Amino acid sequence: MARELPYIAAIGEAIHQEMERDESVLYFGQNLATSEDDPFLKAFGSDRVRVTPISETAEIGMAVGAAFAGYRPVVQLYMAEFMLVAMDQVVNEAPRFHYMTGGQVTVPIVLQAGYGFTAGWAGQHTGSIYGMFMGVPGLKVVVPSTASDAKGLMTASIRDDNPVVYFHHYLLTLVHGEVPEGEHFVPLGEAAVRRTGGDVTIVAIGWMVDKALAAAEQLAAEGISAEVIDPRTLAPLDTATILQSVDKTGRLVVVDQSTRHGSAAAVIAAEVASEGFSSLKAPIQLVTALDATIPYSQPMEDYLLPDEAKIVGAVQQVLGFSPVAA
Amino acid sequence: MADGAAVQPDGDVGLDLLRTMWRIRVFEERVGELTRADEVHGLVHLSVGQEAVAAGVCGQLRRDDAVYSGHRAHGHAIAKGAPLERVMAELMGRADGLCRGLGGSMHLVDVEHGLYGATGVVGGNVPLALGSALAHRLLGSDQVAVVFFGDGAVQGGIFVESVNLATLWRLPVILVCENNGFAEFTPRSAHTNVERVSDVVAPYGVERATVDGNDVVAVRTAFARFLAEARGGGGPLLLECLTHRLRGHYEGDPQRYREALAADEWQELDPILRLQRRGAAEGWLDDDTSSRLEQEAHEQVEEAVRFARESPFPPASLTAELVYAS
Repeated sequence: MARELPYIAAIGEAIHQEMERDESVLYFGQNLATSEDDPFLKAFGSDRVRVTPISETAEIGMAVGAAFAGYRPVVQLYMAEFMLVAMDQVVNEAPRFHYMTGGQVTVPIVLQAGYGFTAGWAGQHTGSIYGMFMGVPGLKVVVPSTASDAKGLMTASIRDDNPVVYFHHYLLTLVHGEVPEGEHFVPLGEAAVRRTGGDVTIVAIGWMVDKALAAAEQLAAEGISAEVIDPRTLAPLDTATILQSVDKTGRLVVVDQSTRHGSAAAVIAAEVASEGFSSLKAPIQLVTALDATIPYSQPMEDYLLPDEAKIVGAVQQVLGFSPVAA
Repeated sequence: MADGAAVQPDGDVGLDLLRTMWRIRVFEERVGELTRADEVHGLVHLSVGQEAVAAGVCGQLRRDDAVYSGHRAHGHAIAKGAPLERVMAELMGRADGLCRGLGGSMHLVDVEHGLYGATGVVGGNVPLALGSALAHRLLGSDQVAVVFFGDGAVQGGIFVESVNLATLWRLPVILVCENNGFAEFTPRSAHTNVERVSDVVAPYGVERATVDGNDVVAVRTAFARFLAEARGGGGPLLLECLTHRLRGHYEGDPQRYREALAADEWQELDPILRLQRRGAAEGWLDDDTSSRLEQEAHEQVEEAVRFARESPFPPASLTAELVYAS
């Protein structure tokens, strides 16, 4: 049975259900379970649900050590940027151990991190920084765009035997969507085709998926049929689904809230240029944030970010309708 | 057990300590030769001079106690029971190495013998040990977690975060600092005004001791007391062992930053010579036994070298197999 739930509640439901199902799932983070009425604390007790000091390095490192012993910690980090103070643990410890030990240990941890809060949160709380984690072998990177996927991908992340960085978009927090009750599992590494079309492929990440769908709707009125693909997981990346679509449409626009250099969009473009060049009828277009820190001022924020109009412009350009770059 | 006299080694314990120290010493010196011959081809840090800490600590641990080490890990691995031939094969990058040749000198892990992590980033291992301690606590087990690190790790934020969290959650972890007076290439005085590492943790109420780390009996005695406490659920505890690194930071280090130790100065420090003198004085060691132990170590190390040389290099297919745990 599906019913409507906000995106954030869908994530919480997945964690709760997994903690019920599997005693090895732990949940810790700053400001977590601050009152005795907290539903996690009430259901699972203070051994499994733990509030931590503001010590990301120690929190994440401890999660890795507990994972060696068979636990499955979910670390609530709130803001993706807070992971940056613990990069040694996120990049150099958690994802390296399985490989470096010749497979002797596994590190089933989930780092839950919010991102992209472009609502006046300025330069240090708004980054869409998932791209930098795509380049870390051994890490999985998840970017759900719907409430249903938020639940299903969290379930899969907790059950996965690898470290997973689970990026939830802050501006989707209260967006409602249909979410299956009970167990709901969306496999990591499988993209979703959100809209089918034959003229152009739009790959959109996270918060950009809704914007791409709105742009596709607008383009449909002009007689342009756009296919919209949501990768859902950036590592491993479902390149096959993207290539298949480009093979059909011959044109690709990649939409990413992140800054362009070193972005997921750039990686996807490179994969298609390298593996699908013969399908392409036009140069690939990227619609990304400008390569700058997100400013505080609202008009400035809007100026930097991708939006529906920029997506429409890019599609028109790859179709040869518009000579001006988006 | 608080009284050092209570754990004076009887003959058997003394011989065990001597045997372990010889195994480490001979192994390390052989690795030095193999490094110069390019049979061990990577970055290697030797622990010649620091054998007493590894032997005094690991000799009292159970196989299921979790030990974490760092970049100078060979001695800890050997003392914890890792087979010499598999350590040597790892250093030569062979398929029969502890980590199938993918970890190397700085990342020795042998889960079967409770050696969980050697991390190459200074201080990166400390929170991992907290995770093991947390797991032991949650499992209701009396297993203990021990982490070795150098005095250089103590000035990092990760150390303070970990000490704070370990004391806050009263985790059964023993922090063993090998204070050799040099953080890589610079003396402790260039890093901090705090002379003793044990003083750094004082405000947290960590039970702590500083011992002569080249006196294996002193190390063993102090550690025995801490181990009993941690085994009973106490902790964290910190044992600072003042020791001396006879060789450079890494093999090939020209060591322009310090004067070489004069032979007579070294004889005063050498943990093996000191234990031999003690054994002779206490009547549990004669010259024949002494040379036999050294000889046995040479034979075992040569056997390990033979084993490693005969082991194949790992197959390229291991890469795809181990990036992710399936």
